[in-house]
Amino acid sequence: MNEFLRLEKIHKSFAGVHALKGVDFDLRQGEVHCLVGENGSGKSTIIKIISGVLQPDTGRILVEGRPVEHLGSAGTMARGIQVIYQDLSLFPNLTVAENIALPEIRERGGRIVDWGRVKTVARAAMERIRVELDLDAEVGELPIGVQQLVAICRALTSDLKLLILDEPTASLNDRDIANLLAVVRDLQAHGIAVLFVSHKLNEVFAVAERITIFRDGEKVATLPPAELDEDRLVSLMTGRTLEKRRFTFADGAARTALEVRGLSLRNSFEDVSFALRAGEIVGLTGLRGSGRTELALALFGIRPAERGEILVDGRPARIRSVQDAVGAGIAYVPENRLVQGLVMKHSVAANATAAILDRLLGPLGLVDPARRAEAAAHWIKTLGVKVSDPAVAVQTLSGGNQQKVVIGKWLATEPRILILDSPTVGVDVGAKSTIHDHVRGLAARGMAVLLITDEVSEAVANANRILIMRAGRIRGELGTAGVEADQVQRLVEARA
Amino acid sequence: MPKDLLRHNETWLVLLIVVIGAGIAAANPAFLSFENLAGLLKSYSMVGIMAVGVLVVLILSGSPDVSFTAIAQVVEYGVAVATLAWGGNIFLALLAAGAAGALLGAVNGAVVHFFRVPTIIVTIATFNVYFGMLYVITKGKLINVVHPMFREFGSTLLFAQTSAIGGRYGLSLMPLVWLAAALLGWFILRRTLLGRSIYAIGGNEVAAERMGMNLLRTRLFAFGFIGLLSGVAAVVHLSIVQSVVPNIIVGKELEVIAAVVLGGASVFGGKGSVLGAVLGVLLFAVLGNGLTLLGISPYWYNVAIGVVITVAITNSAYQRLRRERARVHVRVEA
Repeated sequence: MNEFLRLEKIHKSFAGVHALKGVDFDLRQGEVHCLVGENGSGKSTIIKIISGVLQPDTGRILVEGRPVEHLGSAGTMARGIQVIYQDLSLFPNLTVAENIALPEIRERGGRIVDWGRVKTVARAAMERIRVELDLDAEVGELPIGVQQLVAICRALTSDLKLLILDEPTASLNDRDIANLLAVVRDLQAHGIAVLFVSHKLNEVFAVAERITIFRDGEKVATLPPAELDEDRLVSLMTGRTLEKRRFTFADGAARTALEVRGLSLRNSFEDVSFALRAGEIVGLTGLRGSGRTELALALFGIRPAERGEILVDGRPARIRSVQDAVGAGIAYVPENRLVQGLVMKHSVAANATAAILDRLLGPLGLVDPARRAEAAAHWIKTLGVKVSDPAVAVQTLSGGNQQKVVIGKWLATEPRILILDSPTVGVDVGAKSTIHDHVRGLAARGMAVLLITDEVSEAVANANRILIMRAGRIRGELGTAGVEADQVQRLVEARA
Repeated sequence: MPKDLLRHNETWLVLLIVVIGAGIAAANPAFLSFENLAGLLKSYSMVGIMAVGVLVVLILSGSPDVSFTAIAQVVEYGVAVATLAWGGNIFLALLAAGAAGALLGAVNGAVVHFFRVPTIIVTIATFNVYFGMLYVITKGKLINVVHPMFREFGSTLLFAQTSAIGGRYGLSLMPLVWLAAALLGWFILRRTLLGRSIYAIGGNEVAAERMGMNLLRTRLFAFGFIGLLSGVAAVVHLSIVQSVVPNIIVGKELEVIAAVVLGGASVFGGKGSVLGAVLGVLLFAVLGNGLTLLGISPYWYNVAIGVVITVAITNSAYQRLRRERARVHVRVEA
């Protein structure tokens, strides 16, 4: 196979931080190449250099064997390189057809828009990856998986040679991921190279022809998946061997911390019953849209259930609001930490202490800054949040560290029952394992944990029991001892 | 298809206008007379022309321009003085007014672009600068006699007829200027790449920039366009009233913005249509006229407008909420 792109000895520094330390990298025509590495390993920087957003300090870039002086954004597109960022860069207010065709129309269409041509261009792009979308639908109204396809179709309107997908699956459900991977293989069949960045290692193994691993601004290795397994990949990424040890729970005499009986909410879940003992980690898994997040929202009083009972420590608890839930000793770390869990522009300290301000009051009933700083420092230290100064805005932290801040915010309320909704989505493997360790540590200290997750393997490794939710009901419960992830996966996907 | 039609804000507006109009006509048949309707269109022409400009900026910025009435006020005064001094004709006056308005508007665009300040803040500031300067320079002096070209332009009638009491009435040219502005706005927004860029930037500015759209040029255009239309609207106003009271146009801005929002433009940007903006203004016109014809105090006009806007906005917010709820809907098995 011919080489499409080659990077030689690329160096890049930002304000004294050496983000790329002499990286060599090559990409062949029509290959699916995965890029893995922890946050801050340099993979985003390399993508930005390939896509022309950043210029390297030193080093050479060759496209199709010819050295390229300056890869500006426009220049990259002209060379057939397109990036689909995690945010997709779509126009939610425009139709599918217009979103797909707009760049092409801008390139070749003149000043007047021919709506017939818009549709022709869009249809042609959809045919190339054999998808059918409603051309007149407004993109903002579509599910995220479909939006992703729109973004890919848009890239296909140009003479595409390399498509860079930056964490394309972070917010997709399993079926959409399968669709996307099929599309990626289809692109490859058309001779289009795909550079695929993902934290989800099972996808990487499923789709990659070669995998390049980054760590601390250096390329560690480029290998075909056949020469790697997940453990080896993780150790190459993190530079250490992560201990893989299953969570076990043996204390049959522990008190029941939370019990739910016949809980129902219209259009969300129906007749849900389960119990959670102190010190247990119970996994709650199911496809997106199975009602698991709705159940969590009900337990935390955000959207209270209509029928059924919730018992905390054996006593009926009336949970109609978040205040009720917090009062009952329940904490909830939401799925989308960016939207629901953190005020991104506020400081780490402000976020970490947001849920316990009432305990940090000074003599005048105002928040005492010294006590707040003390509390914030405590949680930053306990959870190992990597931050130079608690006063910096949360948005400057990496995903894993942000997640720790959200967890810290709720742990500060000293809950007895902790509900974690997809706590490691978008978090790299190293941070993921740290978060898992913390959750286990909390359980060991007697907290009852409900761990909601998409990833069955996460539930199998970190919970002692798993509840499987499907179409709004709990359809199965099993202990994790001796159970393998794929067995559970089949139960999750089974049709009723 | 009918179901599809009902999803459009414009359809509801037409229905609302028809229903309210029918109610008024039932109480006072004079509402439907050619004389009344033609007069109504004439008196709302200025608001209608401005509404097209307001729409364009709202789509682009997701924040309304509020300085356009001050621009119109300044241009109106300037044109009245200039034509008295140098004469000329109505086309020249329209051209000069449009150009001056575009320049004053483009200033807003430049400030919004280079200092990344929200449109509403920038235009509150320029509103005060423009309007304040007008008073500083003119000392608020009224102009009671304007060049006769404006009277001529304002009183030219198509399909002219004579009423029972001897007055002449017919279709004024003013609504035609409004129609021209609306058609121009529609063409730009719907059929040009520039117009689609305005929607695109309003929908996702970052993505638009990544796609290589020229934000500065688009902003200068949109703010220049509302300025141009404000200048034209000023000439229309001047031709109708044939005098200049330097604070008569300012204060109208909220009514115009409200009509545009009522017409379905999103206050978050990226959405809206010229047809909607025209219908929004027409609804206001019918409401105002109806109150007069029914002999209700004009003070109720503001109340009626407020109620209509509240209903319209809560309805669209409610629809959005419903859509969002529908998206998280879990199909619970029996």
